[in-house]
Amino acid sequence: MDYLDRLEAEAIHILREVAGQFERPALLFSGGKDSIALTRLAEKAFRPGKFPFPLVHIDTGHNFAEIIAYRDKLVASLGEKLVVRKVEDTIRARGLREPGGKYPSRNPLQTYTLLDVIEEFEFDACIGGARRDEEKARAKERIFSVRDDFGQWDPKRQRPELWNIYNGRIRKGENVRVFPISNWTELDVWNYIQREKIALPEIYFSHERQCVVLPSGQLLGLSEHLNLDDTDEIVNRRVRFRTVGDSTCTAAVESDAASVDDIIQDLLLAKVSERGATRLDDNLSETGMEDRKRNGYF
Amino acid sequence: MDILRFITCGSVDDGKSTLIGRLLYDSDSVSLDVLATLEKKRNATNSTDVDLALLTDGLKAEREQGITIDVAHKYFTTPRRKFIITDAPGHVQYTRNMVTGASNADLAIVLVDARQGVIEQTRRHTLLASLLGIRQFVLAVNKLDLVGYDEAVFQQIVADYQEIAGQLKLAHVVAIPLSALHGDNVVKRSKHIDWYHGPSLLEHLESVPVPADANPHEPRFQVQYVIRPQTEELPDYRSYAGRIQSGTYRVGDRVRVWPSGLETVIDVIEIDQKAVASATAPQGVVLSLRDDVDVSRGSTIVPVSAHPAVVRELEATLCWMDERPLRAGRKLLVQHHAAVVKASVTTILQKTDIETFESQGTDEAKLNDIVRVRLKTALPLVVDEYRQNRATGAFILVDEQTGATLAAGLVAATDPEYFTQEIPVEPAFSI
Repeated sequence: MDYLDRLEAEAIHILREVAGQFERPALLFSGGKDSIALTRLAEKAFRPGKFPFPLVHIDTGHNFAEIIAYRDKLVASLGEKLVVRKVEDTIRARGLREPGGKYPSRNPLQTYTLLDVIEEFEFDACIGGARRDEEKARAKERIFSVRDDFGQWDPKRQRPELWNIYNGRIRKGENVRVFPISNWTELDVWNYIQREKIALPEIYFSHERQCVVLPSGQLLGLSEHLNLDDTDEIVNRRVRFRTVGDSTCTAAVESDAASVDDIIQDLLLAKVSERGATRLDDNLSETGMEDRKRNGYF
Repeated sequence: MDILRFITCGSVDDGKSTLIGRLLYDSDSVSLDVLATLEKKRNATNSTDVDLALLTDGLKAEREQGITIDVAHKYFTTPRRKFIITDAPGHVQYTRNMVTGASNADLAIVLVDARQGVIEQTRRHTLLASLLGIRQFVLAVNKLDLVGYDEAVFQQIVADYQEIAGQLKLAHVVAIPLSALHGDNVVKRSKHIDWYHGPSLLEHLESVPVPADANPHEPRFQVQYVIRPQTEELPDYRSYAGRIQSGTYRVGDRVRVWPSGLETVIDVIEIDQKAVASATAPQGVVLSLRDDVDVSRGSTIVPVSAHPAVVRELEATLCWMDERPLRAGRKLLVQHHAAVVKASVTTILQKTDIETFESQGTDEAKLNDIVRVRLKTALPLVVDEYRQNRATGAFILVDEQTGATLAAGLVAATDPEYFTQEIPVEPAFSI
C-alpha cells in the first residue's frame, strides 16, 4: 500500500469510530481544502449510506465570496445537511465587542459561536480538519481530544491514545474534538486532492486580485471588512491562497500556479510554512494557538 | 515510498527534543519562518546557538520548564523515505505518554547521555518499547562532545546496554555515538568521531527495514459501523463497515460471525462503493454477508479455518496509567477496538521490577507499573495473543464512570487449560 492509501485508511477508520461511538457528532466545515478532503473521506466511509452527521459551518461574515458559493454547491451535490451559525448573531446576542484595528479578525470570536452551536445541538463529537504539521500546539494534540464542560482543552491531562484504539467515552457536558487527518501534511492533502480529482474553491488557484500590502510585506485581499486609511498601498497582483480563513487575517501568496499539479510543484520548493506564509493572528504571541485551543477554539 | 514511524525515548535532559530538532534542521525540513522564530529567541536570550528543542516543545509549560510533557508528532521526508517521529517525554511522571508513542512505532531510538550512562529510565523505556512489540532499536549515545568524544565512554555504554538487550532478547540493536547539539553523526558523519565507521542516525533510519507491508497474520475483521441507507433505491441494503485488522479477505470466504458463532459466506467486498475480489490490512472496507445473521458494532468476522480465541477469561500484561492504584476485584471496561465489555480484574499475579526485569508477587498496581493480571469479561472477547498479533492482542481498560483510560493491555494467554495450572513462572514482559 502507498502511504496515501495508509493515511486514507487511518482517516476512514477514525470517521467510522466517531459514527460508532457517538450519538450526535458533527463535521466542522470551513470550506478550506482540509475540510473538503474530510467530506471526500466521509463519502468513502459511509456511502451508500448518509453521513451520520451534519456539516456545521461557523460563518464569521468575513468569508471570501468564492468559499460560500463553493460550500453551497458541494452540500447540494452531496445531499447532506448543512448547519450555518453566524458570528454576527453571537456578537449581537452576547453583546460582544467587534475586533478593532485595521485588519479586524473575527477569528477569536468564532469560539463563542462554536461553543454555542455545540450546546444548541448537544453535539458530543466535532470532527475537524486540523493537522499536526500546521502548528506546534496542534502537534501535541490527540486524535480524540476530550474537552470539558466549558469546551476547554488541557494539554497536561490528555488521555493516553494507544494503538488505534480510540476512547470516546465522555460524561454529560463534555465533548470530543476528532481530527482524522492529524497525521497528514499539507503536501499529503494536496497529493490526495490530485489523486481523488477533488474540485476546490477558485481562490486556491492563481488569479488577479486587488491586495493591500502589509508592513510585513504580506498581501491581504482587499475587502470591505478592512479599516484602511490613506497610507495603505493597494496593488493588483496574481495571487492564490494557501489556506482559507477569514479574509481579514489570511494572506495571499504571489503565484502563477493554476492547477493542482502546479501547486504541488510550488509546495515542493516552498521554504515557508503554511501558517507562516498566511496567518496574521498566530504571530501575535508564541502560544497564540495553544491559548485559543485551551479556551475551546477548534 | 514507505513510512517509518519511530519514537525517541530516554530520560529527561538526554536531549531527545534537541536530537529531533537537529534531524529536522540538518535534513532541511524546517521552514524559514520557523527558523526566524528560533533566531529571534536566540537573540533575545543572547545565546550562541539556536535552541533546536523549541522545534518540538510546543506547549507553554514545556517552554517554561525546558522539558517535554506530551507526545509531539513531527513529519519529514527524504528522497528515500517518509518519517513520522513521535517525540515522547522522558520524565517518569509522563511514562504513559511514552507508552502512547511506543504503541504505534516501528523503531525506538533510546537516548543515553554519555556522562550519565545507562540509567533506570533507559531500562524502563527499553522494556516498554520491547513489550509493545517494537523490534528495531537504536542506542543513541548523545552528548559525546561533553566527554571529549572518548571511544572508551561509548564502548562502556554499549556494553552496559548489551546486557539489557540480552535480557529482553532484542534482536536488532544499532549503537551510534553522536552529539545532537553539534550535529555529529545525526545527519552528517562526524569529523570528531573518527573511530566510528558506522552510519549516521539518518542513514540508518533511511535503510532499516520497515515491517513488511504484507501482513502475515490470520485474517481479522471487526465491525465498526453498520451501513443501512433505508432509501427508496436501497430499502434492504445492509453491510458492515470496518478496517481489516490483519491478513486478507476474499469474496467467497467461509466465515464465522461472533458473538453469535454462526457461519456464513462473504458475498461482496466494497471499497469506495466499488466491488473488489479481495482486500488486505489495513484497508477500510464494507462487507456484505450471504445470510442474514445478527451483526452489530463490535462483532468479529473471521474465517472458519483460522480461528482466534473466544474467551471470557484471559491473562494480560497491563501498563497501569492511573494515579489510583489497581487492586484485585476492580470492575472496569475492556475496550477491544469497537468491542466494549464490562470486566473485572480477578487476580494481580505479579509485577516486573524495572531494575532487574524480574517478576515479583504483588497485590496492587501503581502508576507506571507493569503487571500481569487475570481478567474476567461479561461477554466473550475475540482476541489473539499480542505476540502473535499486535492488532487483535491489544486493548485498553477504561473507567466506567469517568471515561479515563486506565491501562494499556496486552493479551498474554488465552488457552482455557492454562487457567487450571499454577501461576506461571515466565516473566511478565516476555510477550
